[in-house]
Amino acid sequence: MTIQAFPGRRSPAGRKFGTFSYLPTPTPAQTLAQVQYCLDQGWTCAIEHVEPERAGEDYWYLWKLPMFGWDDAEAILAEVRECVATNPGDLVKLVAIDRRRQTQGLSFVVHRGEAA
Amino acid sequence: MAAPTFDAGVKDYALTYWDPGYTPKDSDLLACFKVIAQAGVPREEAAAAVAAESSTGTWTTVWTDLLTDLEHYKGRAYRIEDVPGDPAAFYAFVAYPLDLFEEGSVVNVITSLAGNVFGFKAIRALRLEDIRFPLAYVMTCGGPPNGIAVERDKMDKYGRPLLGATIKPKLGLSAKNYGRAVYEILRGGLDFTKDDENVNSQPFMRWRDRFEFVAEAVKAAEAETGERKGHYLNVTSGTVEDMFERAEFAKALGMRIIMHDFLTAGFSANTSLANWCRRNGMLLHIHRALHAVLDRNPNHGIHFRVLTKMLRLSGGDHLHSGTVVGKLEGDRHATLGWISLMRDSFVPEDRSKGIFFDQDFGHMPGLFPVASGGIHVWHIPALVSIFGDDAVFQFGGGTLGHPWGNAAGATANRVALEACVAARNAGVEVEKNGRAILTQAATSSPELAIAMETWKEIRFDYDVVDKLAPATA
Repeated sequence: MTIQAFPGRRSPAGRKFGTFSYLPTPTPAQTLAQVQYCLDQGWTCAIEHVEPERAGEDYWYLWKLPMFGWDDAEAILAEVRECVATNPGDLVKLVAIDRRRQTQGLSFVVHRGEAA
Repeated sequence: MAAPTFDAGVKDYALTYWDPGYTPKDSDLLACFKVIAQAGVPREEAAAAVAAESSTGTWTTVWTDLLTDLEHYKGRAYRIEDVPGDPAAFYAFVAYPLDLFEEGSVVNVITSLAGNVFGFKAIRALRLEDIRFPLAYVMTCGGPPNGIAVERDKMDKYGRPLLGATIKPKLGLSAKNYGRAVYEILRGGLDFTKDDENVNSQPFMRWRDRFEFVAEAVKAAEAETGERKGHYLNVTSGTVEDMFERAEFAKALGMRIIMHDFLTAGFSANTSLANWCRRNGMLLHIHRALHAVLDRNPNHGIHFRVLTKMLRLSGGDHLHSGTVVGKLEGDRHATLGWISLMRDSFVPEDRSKGIFFDQDFGHMPGLFPVASGGIHVWHIPALVSIFGDDAVFQFGGGTLGHPWGNAAGATANRVALEACVAARNAGVEVEKNGRAILTQAATSSPELAIAMETWKEIRFDYDVVDKLAPATA
């Protein structure tokens, strides 16, 4: 294959969003598998969303509260869908809180907003 | 108890320093040495000599011994074990009372334990295999300036290993060309770039010029990708005054991370720099030039697991660990041992990993092991399996050697990594299914497809020089 020009650009289309943003947009089944992994680690899932121009900030809007005690990955995905429907232009991120290590065990954007 | 009397002359070390009935205290600092004694020297005498020469002993008795309580201050050889598979060598275990060592000073500890004793004539070869630092001592040390969890928060990177690349050629680029290489790698998808260890401030690229161009490159890549980036700006210098000047300038430029070589610069400089990083909110990447001089000979020197513990106490947020799979030496089980010593709060004795003592780090943060040296996309499945998430995979030629350039090389690395992490999370055994995972990921990433074609499973399958002794004979 001949050399290809690198497609990066300083524009919304060139933005990346952390873990898994170099893979194709995940299918619902793929997202479900990741959520199940988080639950299997004993982590608490939470949903955050934000306008694309604020994506680089630490504090996105927290959707409701972290889903303490939720152990059904399908139910968590339904909550993600509700967040997306309410905020269609926003990026929506699934965050898995590892309270033992005081960090996020996993965090990835499940809805890439209007940029995607 | 009768008052002691002075009896001048030479006594066997074993009379004073071999104490097989001794039960180590929780507060004792313990050491395990591999000893090869000169012919005719009994093991107990050789072990006692090591304990003596690394603590209170001298070759002859002196009257001033009687002015203090040497029963309290002396090191004690308390156990001897065979080295499985090596009849010439044995392990000597020595216990030292904690007040032999200044608080918070790994310099003082290593000066005693790896000082004159290593040149002692009655010993043919000596290797410091492990040290148990009592928790009471750990608590006097600063440790990593930030630690793994804080670095993840600062860099906003979760649920995957971090990715870096070292700029090549390692010497000779101008500052502006160097910044170009940094920019291309970071915009392509890696989290970090790195100065090579021997980049300090040479005539072809003075440090200030490098720092300024690199800062522009880092900021441009951040603006383009929307992700947080860093370049390990090497502040290792000929003097500590220069080191601090460079660190201050990196901070003034808004950079997130700096770099230091802890062995060539020395533990005092490293501890001071780690303290500066803690006060200034800077991440600290630690390189380990000189380590193989100290740790590669299986019979003489200091094992890397000891250097690892000392660095964790002295302070650093990243430390090179070897890769197991790349171009540099590293036995898989031994590597697993010292990456536990970097990351975990408690590491139990485990001879299958070369760990001789339980080691409790209490609340001291862990640091990222950095897997660096000859790695490329085909190694990523094994690296994910060996290291898990809390590691930095540090490429060089495996990013820069991509036929389409650094940015494409970085994208290939990042796609391969994310594909492996996603597959692992979905329950796939990544090391076994690496080829299928990468092949699938390459269908949507021409950068990865080309990288896979370029480095078709190059491996570095040489036998390791320093192998772990079998756990049992």
